[in-house]
Amino acid sequence: MTRRIIIDPITRLEGHGKIEIRLGSGGQVDRAFFQVPDFRGFEKFCEGRAAEEMPTLTQKICGVCPTAHHIASVKALDDLFDVEPTEAAKKIRELMHTAFIYEDHLLHFFYLGGPDILVGSDDKRFGKNIFGVIGKLGERIGEEVIEIRKRVRGLNALVSGSPLYPVCGLPGGVSKPVPEEERIGIKEIARDALAFARRCLKIFEEEVLESREYVDLTHLDAYSLETYYMGMVDGNNRVSFYDGEIRIVDPEGGEFEKFGAIDYLHHLEERVDTWSYMKTLYLKGVGWHGLREGKESGLYRVGPLARLNASEGLATPLAQQEYERMFDVCGGKPVHNTLVYHWARLIEVLYAAERMGEIAVDDQLTDPEIRNIPVQSPRKGVGICEAPRGTLIHHYETDEAAILKRLNLLVATQNNAGAISLSVLKAARAFIKEGRVSDLILNRIEMGYRAYDPCMACATH
Amino acid sequence: MPEKPKIALYWCSGCGGCEESVIDLSEDLLELQRRADIVFWPVALDSRLKDLEALGNGEIDLTLINGAIRLHEQAHMARLLRRKSKLVVAHGTCAHLGGIVGLGNFHSVPEILARSFREVPTVKNPGGILPGGFKEDSVRGPKLSGLTDKVMALDQVIDVDYYIPGCPPPPELVGEAVWAVLEGRLPEKGFVFGDRKTLCHTCPRLDSKPEQISLKGFKRVHETKWDMEKCFLPQGVICLGPATRGGCDSRCIQANMPCRGCFGPLETMEDHGAGILSFIASMIDAEHEDEIRRITDAIPDPGGLFYRYSAPHSILGGGKGPRT
Repeated sequence: MTRRIIIDPITRLEGHGKIEIRLGSGGQVDRAFFQVPDFRGFEKFCEGRAAEEMPTLTQKICGVCPTAHHIASVKALDDLFDVEPTEAAKKIRELMHTAFIYEDHLLHFFYLGGPDILVGSDDKRFGKNIFGVIGKLGERIGEEVIEIRKRVRGLNALVSGSPLYPVCGLPGGVSKPVPEEERIGIKEIARDALAFARRCLKIFEEEVLESREYVDLTHLDAYSLETYYMGMVDGNNRVSFYDGEIRIVDPEGGEFEKFGAIDYLHHLEERVDTWSYMKTLYLKGVGWHGLREGKESGLYRVGPLARLNASEGLATPLAQQEYERMFDVCGGKPVHNTLVYHWARLIEVLYAAERMGEIAVDDQLTDPEIRNIPVQSPRKGVGICEAPRGTLIHHYETDEAAILKRLNLLVATQNNAGAISLSVLKAARAFIKEGRVSDLILNRIEMGYRAYDPCMACATH
Repeated sequence: MPEKPKIALYWCSGCGGCEESVIDLSEDLLELQRRADIVFWPVALDSRLKDLEALGNGEIDLTLINGAIRLHEQAHMARLLRRKSKLVVAHGTCAHLGGIVGLGNFHSVPEILARSFREVPTVKNPGGILPGGFKEDSVRGPKLSGLTDKVMALDQVIDVDYYIPGCPPPPELVGEAVWAVLEGRLPEKGFVFGDRKTLCHTCPRLDSKPEQISLKGFKRVHETKWDMEKCFLPQGVICLGPATRGGCDSRCIQANMPCRGCFGPLETMEDHGAGILSFIASMIDAEHEDEIRRITDAIPDPGGLFYRYSAPHSILGGGKGPRT
């Protein structure tokens, strides 16, 4: 009988997951299954609902990244009603989205995946968590991360209602202007967010990049995948979170495809497994050839490292410096080492803080013209943004009364589903010898998926 | 030193917003960790199912469960946590009333699965396979729990002691519930944290709400602009505040958007949707059936709006009480 190693539940991620590893007779790893046991069915139960309710309804796909769903949804409504948001509305939306990515990335670094690399591997199982990080880095850092997340989330409460539940998005705009008197407070938050972002990169430098153990782990083939990468870029191929085109590069870094939101159906396809509710996306132009690496496999990755790989830079000065440094240290583009996702995520934290600072001084931010009322009959709309965990696509079709007839939702972690499964398999093969496991080995296997910051609630919706 | 009280937190079928409401306790989360022993909390700690199973019955002092019951496995976990816990709190609207997940009850399980796994335009599934519900075999992969026939609120599966409403609940309300239990200030069984009155009573726009509202029509939010200072209802925009429990700090209203009812009904209201229907009907200023129909037809998807958060707990869904 096949021997199985089961990790149930997998931990420090959003949502549900189990890993089942099957061993051969010699104790070698034959297969590994990354299973997601939850499913809700938004693509069905949103049918018949009113289109204008979608930004507040579909964001309940994920309580960790509701803002990303809110943004993708309201952009889909802009397209559905063919209405251009006002300039103030675009700035307000980008501000809340950027602020959200900032604090959400910090959640991963300090609470979820970061403890794997911040707290040493000798520590017991219950040491790798936020409390362990505070124990290691000191209470002061704990207070600071709590404080800055609270303030940045407070900014989003001001703009959008609640960081737990933004409600301001309407087709053609937002529901509430930013009063000029709030600008000073927003600037102060952006300034302090930037200071803390730089501090995080310093912590990463000292605790991680100068750690022989981490650097050695990063270089292991167990934590490397040669895949395609996808992310949204602006007109200069620089990373963009709120708007732009989707760019895909091949495993050697060359541009493979570039397309606008409306064309996504030509480029992406998904497959179903019987043993998990998570569907797996792959590149339609390459096709599905199983859990394999390389140019001949349709596997691709999204999220922080993928965005940096798929772009040609970042649009703010300090983040651009770090971007160049990361590729320099890692030996050029693209970087295939999965654990470098942690570094890329912090570089995006820096970019987000700088971008918040830019928007905070933008004259248009406080313009009272926040809405254009739709005048066109609705039919079909596609909205795309970059969620913290990768590219997010909402596609709606309605009748003339703007009642939803069909939806298609491709959610960030689904893009990484194949890569996550393969990362888990490779780590299991590298670390399980003769069928023996320990808490440390199981943790090393979990590090293989946790670096992606997966969200299973999103992936199954 | 006496042993610290044991706490567990678990997520059934939901979005994780309730977990964020715990993280958003901010510095109070550190205080919680000082005062209690968090024995099971998969989103933040490396605790496994076997650690939970190893605990004695009733050994956990307080368990917060968020999310609805959508998979058989979640019903099993809820029962396991119930056995291990002295007190169980339904944390957030999905656990309290069924929540957004409960909108799934407007469709059958095969319809829901077919849409996502066979019919959406990106899926390539020539064999028409569906996940879940089959027995484990060596080729296909591990066993996957199937969907329950209907989405259930937590108290339709296990006995629940207290409820924290909200989708998601404000962190302050989560804190209030947790400290009340840890400090021994136990409310009566079945207590719902939050206000004892509707949202209107604490709404910043209350002063502009007329005693009697008479409407000749309703407007959809994308088609109209409204006065940011005034009550939504006389402006023809449906706001569910008059039939919804307060305690949310009017967070949607503060963003200039109407209430969508996530805190659910007051105790005095058996069915949230029926309560909403009743106040909407009271505002319609028409006598002839044709005109009434014209006005009500302007409300798109009343079922989905009025029961957005409470379908499993509603009259439509069979009402309160155990289902299994």
